[in-house]
Amino acid sequence: MHRSLVLSRSFASGASALRITVPSAIAIHRPASMPATALAEPSTTVTTSRDELFTFLRTMSLIRRVEIVSDQQYKARMIRGFCHLYSGEEAICTGMEAALDQSRDAMITAYRDHGNHIVRGGSAEEVFAELFGRATGMSKGKGGSMHFYNAKKLFFGGNGIVGAQCPVGAGLAFGAQRLGTGGVSVSCYGDGAANQGQIFEAMNMAALWKLPAIFVCENNQYGMGTSTRRGSADDNYYSRGHYIPGIKVDGMNVLAVKEATRVAREYAVNHGPIVMEMSTYRYSGHSMSDPGVSYRTRDEVQKVREERDPIERLKGIMLEAKAATEADLEAVEKEIKIQVDEALAKALAAPEPEPSQLTADIYVGKYEGTIRMVEKS
Amino acid sequence: ATITVRDALNQALDEELSRDPRVFVMGEEVARYNGAYKITKGLHDKYGDSRIIDTPITEAGFAGITVGAALMGMRPVCEFMTFNFSMQAIDHIVNSAAKARYMSGGQLGAPIVFRGPNGSAAGVGAQHSQCFAAWYGSVPGLKVLSPFNALDARGLLKAAIRDDNPVVFLENELMYGTAFARTPEFDDVDFTLPIGKANVEREGSHVTVVAHSRAVHTALEAAKLLAEKDGISVEVINLRSIRPLDIPTVIASVKKTNRLVTVEEGWPLFGVGAEIVAQIMESPAFDFLDAPIERITGADIPMPYAKNLEAMAVPQPQNVVNAVKRTLGKL
Repeated sequence: MHRSLVLSRSFASGASALRITVPSAIAIHRPASMPATALAEPSTTVTTSRDELFTFLRTMSLIRRVEIVSDQQYKARMIRGFCHLYSGEEAICTGMEAALDQSRDAMITAYRDHGNHIVRGGSAEEVFAELFGRATGMSKGKGGSMHFYNAKKLFFGGNGIVGAQCPVGAGLAFGAQRLGTGGVSVSCYGDGAANQGQIFEAMNMAALWKLPAIFVCENNQYGMGTSTRRGSADDNYYSRGHYIPGIKVDGMNVLAVKEATRVAREYAVNHGPIVMEMSTYRYSGHSMSDPGVSYRTRDEVQKVREERDPIERLKGIMLEAKAATEADLEAVEKEIKIQVDEALAKALAAPEPEPSQLTADIYVGKYEGTIRMVEKS
Repeated sequence: ATITVRDALNQALDEELSRDPRVFVMGEEVARYNGAYKITKGLHDKYGDSRIIDTPITEAGFAGITVGAALMGMRPVCEFMTFNFSMQAIDHIVNSAAKARYMSGGQLGAPIVFRGPNGSAAGVGAQHSQCFAAWYGSVPGLKVLSPFNALDARGLLKAAIRDDNPVVFLENELMYGTAFARTPEFDDVDFTLPIGKANVEREGSHVTVVAHSRAVHTALEAAKLLAEKDGISVEVINLRSIRPLDIPTVIASVKKTNRLVTVEEGWPLFGVGAEIVAQIMESPAFDFLDAPIERITGADIPMPYAKNLEAMAVPQPQNVVNAVKRTLGKL
């Protein structure tokens, strides 16, 4: 594993530039027909700042803590149905968001959506309230774990149908292109979803129409219990849309993700679609019903935790850069724990949705018919 | 003067494209080829590549793209060359579009019209000849329209494009070339028909026949035969809208005629007729019925190719005549 090196450092203020070396992109795919200059190589030197590093740490720690507490609350039977945790993958949405423009770049993901929601401005309280089916949840308690949205921040879910988010994401890019917003769309999908035919349908049209679309394959090595080798004849996901370029990145290094996303965004705006494959790992099972140890060993999970954990690696970078002391890092952890505990208490105290919510928001505007209930009234 | 259903649809699209720059048409062969059934004829010349968009053969992909575009603020018209191919994309219609509003607690909206020919066609066999009214009609979050004549086609398509919800718009290939009177509504660019309202096509007093799409034509033919040969007065209701279903209009008619026959080209089980029968059963109109309701439907079989067999699988006017006579105790 490459160590991150601190190249320069400023002591003046939290906002001043810090330059840090990160591992280079793991692999880059350039279609033969593409001019080599069209896609820049992600730099091995990332410009950041003490403030940004702390923001990353807070965001990733918040996501991790929310997932840990969700796990507990699920086991306490406070959360119903499916619940897919994001622990281990936090650096992806956190790093990407730092290179995106929330005011015009749309994001869509699958059912493992708690982290993406948080980076798009969602609070821990909204997450818990939604998981508990409360009125104050992000989707008023009507969506559940897989259906978080924030329309104002251009976050479009939250799609529970594996792979379906990619054509919709290409459509978000189509909309951005036609409306001339200058924005891109980011469609996250897993290594399992990568085998759905509609991923290729979306990439084909995105390439034909040069849509500003970034397809992000979060390769966490398993589609449910099926390893990439058992599920994909070609597990080089970054090059599977062979006529569009791809970058494979260490998805557990937040700075590498940020830098690669910066490059990908620039490419997408100017040239069209691009794939990013984020090499990552999920610590939990596929969902809460999966202990996650029947198709992989506990040692395998433990080894990744020890060697690649995105939060621990960020802390290492911060210490090495002298951007933080051990005490600073502990303080962040404490602060996040308190924040999440407070959010949990508020969510637990929140009311259930009003019965009238049952038939609200099925249609935009007035529905011309009557909505039949369990008993015909 | 007359106008065909095809030209009425074309004119409605043209007017709505002209009215709202967010409207665009996407589908297979809609642009340079002028539409597999020529519904989009001339539109590509007029509006260009940015508004009339040819796709590859990739239903799941382009249906999903129209959903994303709608979520971003566009107003797509998604053409399926026929609704048979919408099966490749039904997940996006049902899961991505219809449920977006509800799952997001009212944050999202997907104003899309999914349109194309539906129902029985002629001589194309089992995979290209079936009705999806009951399928899409069962899905909350969708509106489902089924025009019969040129006026329906015009008024309902314009209403669908202006609606803020996903609308499934079921046309009928066999009706495209049929001409109807070109009434003054065709000169009013703001003419729309109300979604969820049925239309009484022919008033009558002895029995109510309710139908949608091309089956309205079958019902009207039967009504003519019954009036001429037997002096039976049939009221024919054209549903126009499958979801919402205008049961109040059917109830009012049944209270007057005391007899009901439903006619559709789709399959019998769990069909549009089945739903109407159930709702009438549950309504005050039940007490007004003087005879059991009769259903005339497509046969419960995959559509055969041979001409004689195909004719036996699709309701003919004589089937409706027979059903009406049975409800009147005259057969």
